[in-house]
Amino acid sequence: MAAASTRYILICSGKGGVGKTTLTANLGIALAKQGAKTAVLDADFGLRNLDLLLGLENRIVYTAQEVLAGSCRLEQALVKHKQEPNLALLPAGNPRMLEWLTPEDMGKIATMLGESFDYVLIDAPAGIEGGFKNAMAAAKEAIVVTTPEVSAVRDADRVIGLLNTEGVKPIQLVLNRVRPKMMANQEMLAVSDVTDILALPLLGLVLEDEQVIVSTNRGEPLTLNGTKSPAALAYTNVAKRLLGEEVPLIDPSKERQGLRAKLGRLMQTKIF
Amino acid sequence: MTLRDAINKLLGRQPASANTAKQRLQLVLAHDRSDLNPELLQQMRREILEVVSRYVEIDLEEVDMSLETEDRVTALVANLPIKRARALPIVAPEASDEPTSFTAKISSTTSI
Repeated sequence: MAAASTRYILICSGKGGVGKTTLTANLGIALAKQGAKTAVLDADFGLRNLDLLLGLENRIVYTAQEVLAGSCRLEQALVKHKQEPNLALLPAGNPRMLEWLTPEDMGKIATMLGESFDYVLIDAPAGIEGGFKNAMAAAKEAIVVTTPEVSAVRDADRVIGLLNTEGVKPIQLVLNRVRPKMMANQEMLAVSDVTDILALPLLGLVLEDEQVIVSTNRGEPLTLNGTKSPAALAYTNVAKRLLGEEVPLIDPSKERQGLRAKLGRLMQTKIF
Repeated sequence: MTLRDAINKLLGRQPASANTAKQRLQLVLAHDRSDLNPELLQQMRREILEVVSRYVEIDLEEVDMSLETEDRVTALVANLPIKRARALPIVAPEASDEPTSFTAKISSTTSI
C-alpha cells in the first residue's frame, strides 16, 4: 500500500496521566473511520494499556518482539479491531520479556507497519528515558499532549527539546482536559499561555469530559460509536486536521452561555 | 492586569492563579532549557560583574541578572545600574604582556 506516504506519528507528553493513550486510541479509531488504514503501536511495554482502552486486551497473542525474533509473522501479531477493521494494534512487547527492544528494533517494526498502513501512531511511555527514546526512533513527526497545568507543561517542554534534537518534525500540540469555567475565572493557564510557552501549533483542544472515563470502562473509545460528547468531537477533529481538512478550533470561552459566562469574559478585559 | 485582577486587588483578595502559573513556568523553563546548573550560573554572574566592573562602577545592590525565555529562545537578561564610569579602566588581562589565561565569552542569546 502507501509505503512512501505513510505517516509515523509519535504521541508523547513526558508526564504520565495527561491522556496520551486515550488520544492514541481515539485518534486511531477516528482515522480508521475516515478510511485511513491505521496501526497503533503500544511502545509502553512496561505498563501497556492501549489494548485495554481499545477493548482488545483478550486478543493479544504475539508482540513486536516475536515478529523481530522471526517466531511469527507481522500479520499474526497484529490485532485487528472487529468493529473498525481499518485499525490494528501491535504491542511492542510485554513486561516479562527477557530482552529489551532497541531504537533500531522500533525503527524496523515501524517500517514493516508502513508497508500496509497509511498511519502508524506510536503511543510513547511517560518519561524521557530509554522507553521514550525507543518510541521516538520509530517516528517521523510528533503530537505532544499536555494539560493546562504547570507540571504537564514543564514536562512537555523537556520532551519538545528532545524531539527537536532528534529532528522529529512537525511537532503539534494537543491541549487536553481544558476546563472552560476555570479558564474564564483565570484560575487555569489560558490556551494562548500554553501555546506561547511551548511555541507549537495547536492541533486540538479537548475539553474535560466525564464520558472519557465511561468509555475507558467499556473499552470502547468515544470516537467509535459517534457519541456527541465534547471530547469525542475534539478527537474526531484532530483526525480530520491530520488528514488535511480545515476544522476550526473551539473557543473555550464560548463554550459557556449565559450571564455568568458574559461576566467572566468581561473580567478578562485587560485594563493596563 | 485584567479587570478581575484589579477587583481582587481592591478587595484585598489573592490574584487569580493563572498568571502566577504562567510566570512560574516561564522562569523554570528558562532554567530547564539553558541546562545551566545554579553553580555555573553564579560563576557566570561573578565573572560578568568582574568584567563590567573594570570599566564602570556598578551599583551592586541593584544588580539583577536572570534567564528569560520567549518563543523557545532563552536570553540572559542583565540589568546592571551604573554609578559612574571609571576614570581609567583597570587593565584587562588580555591587554597585558603575558599570554592571557582568562577569556570570557558570553553569548547572550542561545537557541535551544
